[in-house]
Amino acid sequence: MRAVRGADFSLAAGEVHALVGENGAGKSTLMHIAGGMVPPDAGTIHVDGREVRLNSPRDARALGIGMVHQHFTSIEGLTVGENLALAAGRLDGWTTGQIETRLAEGIDLRSPVHSLSVAQRQRLEILKALATGARILLLDEPTALLTPAEVEELHGLIREFAGAGGAVALITHKLREVLGTSDRVTVLRRGIVTLRGATAEQTEQSLAQAMIGVEGVASSEEGIAKSEERRGGAQVEIGKIELRAGELVGVAAVEGNGHRELLRAIAGLEEFPGVRVTGTVALVPEDRTAEGLIGELSLAENLVLGLGTDPRWARGTRLDWSAARQRATELIETFAIVAPGPDARAGTLSGGNQQKLLLARALERQPAVLVMENPTRGLDVRTTEEMHRRLRAAASAGVMVIVHSTDLDEVLALADRVLVVHRRQVAEAPRNSDRRQVGEMMLGVEPGQRSTVNGQR
Amino acid sequence: MLVGFAVLAMGLAAAGYDPVLALGALWRGAFGSWYALSSATLVRAVPLIILGLGVALGFRAGVFNIGAEGQFYAGAIAATWVGLQVTGWPAFAAVGAVWIAATVAGTLWIAVPVLLKVRFGVLEVISTLLLNFVAEALVSFAVTGPLMEAKRIYPQSDPIAAAARLPALSGSRLHLGILVALVLAILLWWLFTRTAWGFRLRAVGLGPRAAEISGRISSRRVVAVALLCSGALAGLGGGVEISGVTYALFQNLSPGYGFTAIAVALLARNHPLGVVCTGLLFGALEAGAQGMQREAGVPAVAVQVTEAVIILVIVLAEVLVRRTGTIRASQPGAEER
Repeated sequence: MRAVRGADFSLAAGEVHALVGENGAGKSTLMHIAGGMVPPDAGTIHVDGREVRLNSPRDARALGIGMVHQHFTSIEGLTVGENLALAAGRLDGWTTGQIETRLAEGIDLRSPVHSLSVAQRQRLEILKALATGARILLLDEPTALLTPAEVEELHGLIREFAGAGGAVALITHKLREVLGTSDRVTVLRRGIVTLRGATAEQTEQSLAQAMIGVEGVASSEEGIAKSEERRGGAQVEIGKIELRAGELVGVAAVEGNGHRELLRAIAGLEEFPGVRVTGTVALVPEDRTAEGLIGELSLAENLVLGLGTDPRWARGTRLDWSAARQRATELIETFAIVAPGPDARAGTLSGGNQQKLLLARALERQPAVLVMENPTRGLDVRTTEEMHRRLRAAASAGVMVIVHSTDLDEVLALADRVLVVHRRQVAEAPRNSDRRQVGEMMLGVEPGQRSTVNGQR
Repeated sequence: MLVGFAVLAMGLAAAGYDPVLALGALWRGAFGSWYALSSATLVRAVPLIILGLGVALGFRAGVFNIGAEGQFYAGAIAATWVGLQVTGWPAFAAVGAVWIAATVAGTLWIAVPVLLKVRFGVLEVISTLLLNFVAEALVSFAVTGPLMEAKRIYPQSDPIAAAARLPALSGSRLHLGILVALVLAILLWWLFTRTAWGFRLRAVGLGPRAAEISGRISSRRVVAVALLCSGALAGLGGGVEISGVTYALFQNLSPGYGFTAIAVALLARNHPLGVVCTGLLFGALEAGAQGMQREAGVPAVAVQVTEAVIILVIVLAEVLVRRTGTIRASQPGAEER
């Protein structure tokens, strides 16, 4: 299967060029070719006007191309300085330019990586690329895990880097990010370039259309789901806050403030003060491949993993695998999961399909409460849309859906009610709060105060 | 396998032996006659299969029981002691008592590492390995002390009661233990593939965190039980060997069964029926080695070269397969589905 067919991509010094597309469109592959990780079957690569051959990432780095992946590649047990030394290939110091100083702000070179926040780790990844002397940065979904404020910071740094003569290729699926940060944009669909031009001439609609080819993709800012029925009985209390069946509750928080502990406490896995739950709870964990699915097991086996006592296949001590496989096949059908069959290994599915499988399995438990940790992380627009639809449908059917996302816009668009967690305190955002207000609550700013974070408002 | 034998042949030739004669002797030692097949190969295969099943069970749950050797000895000691007590008992009861004692002893022997792992996180690889030495020492102590034969000449125990000895096929040393091995293999196969417990083993072995969070399975409990069962099987292997082959306890009862069993389990990729096959293979190799020593004068340990090469080649093949599989997956298109 060819991921990319005849796609051209060019990056000029001083520009930020966004590369957009759905999962499977080929943008990751294109960047992997540019980064020297995958050899192209056909075509050429030119750097500074000269044709080059990249046999390995090392060749790319030697040419000044630095790739920052979505998954962090630092060694947690070592310090920041040691990781940088590893990346730079040198054990002594290196010249730090202005960009590096800005990126390294607040990070102690001697602290171990595991003590850094997510945003700091993201900056470390970029520092590592810069440590090899990169003048060209290939960033793969760099803001996936950042809060709105951190995203702004990173965008500022990216623009500075470009302003100083560097070139940045930004892979993203967030259309707003494209419009706000890039100078030029290339859209890939099914391996072919469908749009290429100056960002200033594009809108969300035009980009979405180029990505999906269908008019009128509804952005996540659809109407908020109204639940009509309330399934009696199921209830979640967090301190004085009461959540009821059929509600779609969003949870907004900055990483490290306790939202994960809250969600897991609702799911019964941890303790959190003030949490009381009545009814069955199903959890879809954030880490699909380490906590949700077992990659080596088949889809049917993963189904049984989550529903080990379901009478359809659990007969005393025995397991009826044919019943499990049959049900798995039905779920593959219903949820439109792209997979060869129930015996396919879960690890071979794409991220979006894994997420669908996890949701299908969770709903199969007929839970009263559904807890989703960052369900659309790393998913493309179409799958994200589908996820949202299914979550709304679940809420309409009476399930209490509790969703956390690092994308604040997503939380606001989906939720009937929004809870904000700050320093392990849970508060509900007043109805019709806007983005700024919720953002401030996330940072612990009292309502009414002016936010002075980074001097921006 | 061919590579293994080729290497052996070259090594033998280099050392001055006649490789054709030696390899022929190897074959004859393993399969050349009914005696060879039944009394040499199959008899050696029995403990390898039983211990191999135990090790495979542990591997399936993601844990490494290197202590099978020690658990085997623990089982043997218990089996001998009980075997000496059951004179006059009906055969079923005598053999049953011996086997139960052996199984319990094996379980108890691994219970200490299990406790250490659960309470203090001590790696089972270390604790089980070290207890092997203790078990061997215990055997020495037993046969020079409490269990020493009445005549007190040789460091060995008296033979166990006739009631406790397994019937053998007439004309050979092949004993009931072969049936035990086969039954256990089938039982484990059924457990692994058809029961919820077997599935939990696999889940914990492949993804302990996902098993905990998505399957609400207590990985620690599953692992502890798996280790205990692994020790039980190894202990039983010791009991079977005492009641079926040696009828008495002495030092070096095991020519490294516990360690060979690890290779047996790994080569069979922890599949119980595969363990039967690899157990037979290694049994054949070791039986053949004796034949080679007798006929061609080649030291029996030379066959360990073959065993090692076989293991290396198969592991290498697996690594290559996995790597080409991964390369294919990262080709453009394969992951974007």
